[in-house]
Amino acid sequence: MTAASLTGADAETKVPLKRRLKQAERARQIKALALVLPLLLFLLFTFAGPIAGMLWRAVDDQEVRQVLPQTIVALANWDGKDLPDEKAYAALANDIQAARAAGTIAIAAKRLNYALNGFRTILTSTARNLKIQPEPGTAKEALGKINPAWRNRTTWTTIRDAGGPVTSFYLLAALDLVRNADGAIVAASPDQAIYREIFARTFLISLGVTALCLILGFPVAYLLAALPPGRSNLLMIFVLLPFWTSLLVRTCAWIVLLQSNGVVNESLHWLGIIDAPLRLIYNRFGVCVAMTHVLLPFMILPLYSSMKAISPAYMRAAASLGAPPLTAFLRIYLPQTLPGIGAGSLLVFILALGYYITPALVGGAADQMISYFIALYTTETANWGLASALGALLLLATVLLALVYGKLVQGQQVTGGMKN
Amino acid sequence: MSDAPSLRTPSQRIAWATTIVVSTLVFIFLIAPILAIMPLSFSSGSYLTYPLPGLSLRWYNDFINSPRWMNSLKNSMVIGVASTTLSMVLGTLAALGLAQWKSRLKPLVLAFVLSPVVVPGVITAVGLYFFFAPIGLTGSYLGLILAHTALATPFVVITVGATLQSFDTNLARAAASLGASPLEAFRRVILPLILPGLASGALFAFATSFDEVVIVLFMAGPEQRTLPREMFSGIRENISPTITAAAVILTTVSVVLLATLEALRRRNERLKGGGG
Repeated sequence: MTAASLTGADAETKVPLKRRLKQAERARQIKALALVLPLLLFLLFTFAGPIAGMLWRAVDDQEVRQVLPQTIVALANWDGKDLPDEKAYAALANDIQAARAAGTIAIAAKRLNYALNGFRTILTSTARNLKIQPEPGTAKEALGKINPAWRNRTTWTTIRDAGGPVTSFYLLAALDLVRNADGAIVAASPDQAIYREIFARTFLISLGVTALCLILGFPVAYLLAALPPGRSNLLMIFVLLPFWTSLLVRTCAWIVLLQSNGVVNESLHWLGIIDAPLRLIYNRFGVCVAMTHVLLPFMILPLYSSMKAISPAYMRAAASLGAPPLTAFLRIYLPQTLPGIGAGSLLVFILALGYYITPALVGGAADQMISYFIALYTTETANWGLASALGALLLLATVLLALVYGKLVQGQQVTGGMKN
Repeated sequence: MSDAPSLRTPSQRIAWATTIVVSTLVFIFLIAPILAIMPLSFSSGSYLTYPLPGLSLRWYNDFINSPRWMNSLKNSMVIGVASTTLSMVLGTLAALGLAQWKSRLKPLVLAFVLSPVVVPGVITAVGLYFFFAPIGLTGSYLGLILAHTALATPFVVITVGATLQSFDTNLARAAASLGASPLEAFRRVILPLILPGLASGALFAFATSFDEVVIVLFMAGPEQRTLPREMFSGIRENISPTITAAAVILTTVSVVLLATLEALRRRNERLKGGGG
C-alpha cells in the first residue's frame, strides 16, 4: 500500500536505501557473531564438551560388550526365564579364553561386580580354571563344574543387563534403585542404598546454610542500605574482603580457630567457661559455620541492592497514614525485599549444593556432600559410571534452580525498569 | 547514631540499635577469622594458639626456602597470568560482539557463556578429567590454563559487557565518520574508554584462577600444584604455621586485587560524575 502510493522516483531511491541499510545491518550482525564465536568454540571444547562427555558416561555401558562380545550376541534372544542354552555357554567359554589371552577379564569383572557383588570372583576363577575350550555340547556342564554360579539364572541376567550399549544402571543406582532379574525396577539392597540419604544431607546442609545466611545477612544488608553512602561503603569492606579472600584461607582460618586446641577452645578454657575442649570442627557444626562464612557475601550483596532500590518515601507514606513502625516494616518494606531475598537465597543454595572443598576439609565422614562422592568415585575407586550419574543428578538440580534464579532476576529487572 | 533513618518512637530506636548490634556481630564473624590467623604466622612457636610465645619470621623463611611452596606460588602466577590473558582476549571479543548482536537467541547464548560460574566445580572438574586425560592434557600446564580460562571468561564478559552498556556507541560512529578505520577507532576511542572495565575484568579473571582448587585437584600432576592446592594438602595432613604464612601471602594478593578494583571503581565514578 505504501509502496504503491509513492511516486516512481521516491520508490526507486527509498527501496535501495532500505535494502542497503538492511544489508549493512546484516553485515554488522555477522561481524558481531564472529566476535562471539571464538569464545563459543572455546567453551565447547573446555566446558560443554567435557560435561556432555560426563553425561554420556552416566549411561554408557561398553565394557562387558567389548570383553564378552559373543556371549552378549548369544544372550540377545534369551527369554531370561530358564538358564540359557548350550550356545550361550560355549560363547562365554570362548569369550573368557579370548579375554584371558588379551588380559581384559578384569575390565568386565569390575563392571559386573557393580551389578552383582561377588561377580569378580566368579569370572576370575572361571578364567583361571578354564584351561581348554570344552568339547562341543559340554560347555554348560564344564562351566557349571568350575563355578556353580553358572547354574544360576541371576548370573546370566546380570551379564545380559550389562550388555549395553547404554544402561540405566548407574542412574538408577544413584537413586538407590536397581533392576531385578525380571527387569522390574525395585529398591536397592540396604547396604547399597546410600545415595538418597547423601542427596537429602546435601539439601539439608544447603538449606541450613541458606537460612543462616539470610538471618545473618538481612540486618547487615538493611544497615548498609540505610546508612549514608560514605559510611556504607566503608562497612562494605567487611563484606567484600572475605568475599575476595581465598576459600582455602578462610577454611584454614576456621580450622585454626575451632580445632580442639584452637583459638576458640583455648580462650574459653582460659576464661574458665569450659574444662574440656568443645568439639567444634570435623562435624556438622563446623561445616555449617565455615560454609555460612564463605557464602554470606552472596546473600548480603543481592539483598543490599534490592533494599537500596526501595524508596524511603514508601515508609514515610506508611507512617503518615498511621501505620505503626512494625506494621509498616512487615507490610511495606519486607514485601519489597522479597525479590532480593529470593535471589540471594537461591544463589546461596545453588552454590552450597555443589560445595566440595569446605566439607571435605572441615566435615566429618557423616557430613560429606554429594560432590565429595562424585570426586571419590572419579579419582579413588574409578567407578566412573556412578560418578557421572551422581554428577548428572547434581547438574540437573543446579540447572533447574538456576533457571528459576534467572527468571527471578529477569523479573526484577523488568519491574525495576518500570519503576524508573 | 546521627545518620540513622528517622527514629520517632522508642521501639524504632530499639530496632535500629538491635540492627547495629547484630550487624556488628556479623561483621566480626566475617572478618575475625581472617584477621585471627595473620598474627599466628609471625609466631616463633609452632603451636597455632594465642598468646604468641614470641615474634619471628621463621615460617615465612620456611615458606621461601621450601621448593614445594615456592614452586606452587610460581605455578599459581604462571597459570593465573596465562588464563587471565586468554580469557581477556576471548571475553572482550565476545562482549563486543554480544553488545552489537541482536537475536532472539542472545539470552540463550549469554546463559551458555555464563554457565561455567553456576555449574558446580566438581562437575566441571570431572568432565574435564575424563575429556582431557585421553588427549594428554591432564598433568599439564596447558590443560589447567584452558580449564581456568573457561571458568574466568564469564567474569570478563560480565564486567566488560557492563562497561560497554554505558559506552556511547555514537563515539565510535563519530570516529568512523571522521575517517578512522575500525581498528584505529577501537584503539584510539573505544579502548581508552573501556580500559577500566577491562582492568576489572582482568582482576576478576586472575582472582578466579588464583583461588581455584577443585580443577587443580583433579587435573594437576605433582609439577603443576598451585598455592591453594598445596594449602589443601597442608590442611589435610597437618596444619603447620607455614600454612598460615601462605594464607597471609594469599590474603595480601586478594587485598591488593580488591584495592585496585575499588580504585578503578572510584576513578570511573569520578569520571562519570565529572562528565554529567
